[in-house]
Amino acid sequence: MSELLLSILRIGFLIALWWFVLTVVSVLRRDLQAPRDAKPLTPARSGKRPSPRPTLRARKTSTQLVIVEGALTGTAVPLGSSPIIIGRAPDATIVLDDDFVSTHHARLTPNGNHWMVEDLGSTNGTWIDRTRVTTPTVFRPGTQLRIGRTSMELSS
Amino acid sequence: MSETLNRYRVSTRRSAELALLVGAWLIGVFAWILVDSATGETSLGGWTSLLSAGVLLLITHGAVRWQAPYADPLLLPSVAALNMLGLAMIHRLDIAAAQRAISNGSPMPTPDVYLQLTWMLVGLVAFILVLSFVGDHRRLQRFTFTAGFAGIALLFLPLLPFIGSEVNGARLWINFLGFTFQPGELAKVALTIFFAGFLVTRRHSLALVHKKILGVGVPRAKDVGPLLLVWFAALLVLILERDLGTSLLLFGLFIVMLYVATGRRSWVLIGGSLLTVGGGLAYQAFGHVRVRFDVWLDPFADANGSGFQIVQSLYGFANGGIFGTGWGQGYPQLVPFAKTDFITSALGEELGLMGMIAILLLFAIVVERGARAAVATRDPFGNLLAIGLTTVIGLQTFIVIGGVTRLVPLTGLTTPFLSYGGSSLVANYIIIALLIRISNAARAPEVTDAELVLRQDGEGND
Repeated sequence: MSELLLSILRIGFLIALWWFVLTVVSVLRRDLQAPRDAKPLTPARSGKRPSPRPTLRARKTSTQLVIVEGALTGTAVPLGSSPIIIGRAPDATIVLDDDFVSTHHARLTPNGNHWMVEDLGSTNGTWIDRTRVTTPTVFRPGTQLRIGRTSMELSS
Repeated sequence: MSETLNRYRVSTRRSAELALLVGAWLIGVFAWILVDSATGETSLGGWTSLLSAGVLLLITHGAVRWQAPYADPLLLPSVAALNMLGLAMIHRLDIAAAQRAISNGSPMPTPDVYLQLTWMLVGLVAFILVLSFVGDHRRLQRFTFTAGFAGIALLFLPLLPFIGSEVNGARLWINFLGFTFQPGELAKVALTIFFAGFLVTRRHSLALVHKKILGVGVPRAKDVGPLLLVWFAALLVLILERDLGTSLLLFGLFIVMLYVATGRRSWVLIGGSLLTVGGGLAYQAFGHVRVRFDVWLDPFADANGSGFQIVQSLYGFANGGIFGTGWGQGYPQLVPFAKTDFITSALGEELGLMGMIAILLLFAIVVERGARAAVATRDPFGNLLAIGLTTVIGLQTFIVIGGVTRLVPLTGLTTPFLSYGGSSLVANYIIIALLIRISNAARAPEVTDAELVLRQDGEGND
């Protein structure tokens, strides 16, 4: 093969290699620009969230749990029709990395059109406003649920 | 509803992964064609190798689509590109070895590229198996101590009589059914799982609980004991096996994970000073460490003896220059161990500085994606595991490429995904599988497609 063709191919290969690397980088950039789609827990932005079924909304006014104080402040967790476990264990629905939180600290259960809070035998207690939760208690919008250093509220 | 469905479908980026995988494969094909045309080699065996590599990568992509649909789309194509470049360079060095055998009249050496291709198959099968059986990376935390023992046992295997074998002064390999395997490569994965699982439960007590001894805060023995035990055992084995590279890698991994787990900068300082002291002691005590160190400081002092390898490697880089000599047109076969430890100097000669930077960028992208998966995961164990696995790949690349370019003393290690060597390839594909599993957990939306379908069904019933 001629010398000229070989050097053209030599540079051509480097261009192809760089084209590949730059394509990877451009996908990486697009991925960084839209991280909201990818993250499981996102800061509360009511407009961007998939709206639940209209029937669900009519029945249940509270559709998300917003963390208002603590390390995860601003995080919104959508509420469905299944119970939510809060605790330090990795298998909890909301994992709070806090020494004042027990492994499985508290459970939120939907009951009719409101949510019940239940303490799962935690060491430092679960609080709604200033009262400690000892029996399953109704968690109303506008009240604050306090677990360790974290406070959260229901919002529609 | 369909709007919601689309929103989640778009974010998986699996098609981008497929397109980039095809691109990575085409880069390999291009390199292979250039090697064949420059060396005048026309073997049909090349095409079957390339096609089977492509099919393997497609099957792996299918497995990711099926098992981890939300996984990071860039990890697999980046390592596939590196693997394809490695295959092309091994093929090129096979041709050089064959040509030398013809001119010397010595028997034809068996080409290594087919064995490497077989190992790529084993690696990708291991990748798919890990992805399928580790459905949730948090389950690995249960095997913390099992992984610790397994890691130490794997490191000890080559020291056993009969199955252990010594190559080039290092006792790293085991012979098993005619295959040689380097169990240390798998040990680094097991030890990362151990470090992550152990540190995640003890990090707060390690950072906060101290006993004062002579005015210095010392962590409690039960917090730090097993850690030091496993680590000293690992270092002891590696000193007995004379494996400097892996000991350096495990030491660095240990320091990085302690730093990430506790957030205390003092661990980095302690690690740095321990490394200096340990390095100094090793320099005094072991002849082979002293040789490596002296060659690093002045390779030209004994350019035809102990410094030969590194001097040839430097000449290779110099010969390559900025744009390289082109595939098949340099003399990378002059460097001893060009297929394994010195494959980057072969690539640096034929692809030049531009090619080297592209390759280093690919490694940087792998490390960035790994670190991103670590940051994005919610559970602390996944955090630590991902950062540990990323550190293994990043640090290993740094140690070996730094050694070949004489930035740090040369300690034998394989270049991840590029070098000829099955155990390294398999272990690194397992690492990527775990990172993909963790990134899948980090990137999956809170509402999965299955739940959306359920909701749609529910709507139909209303």
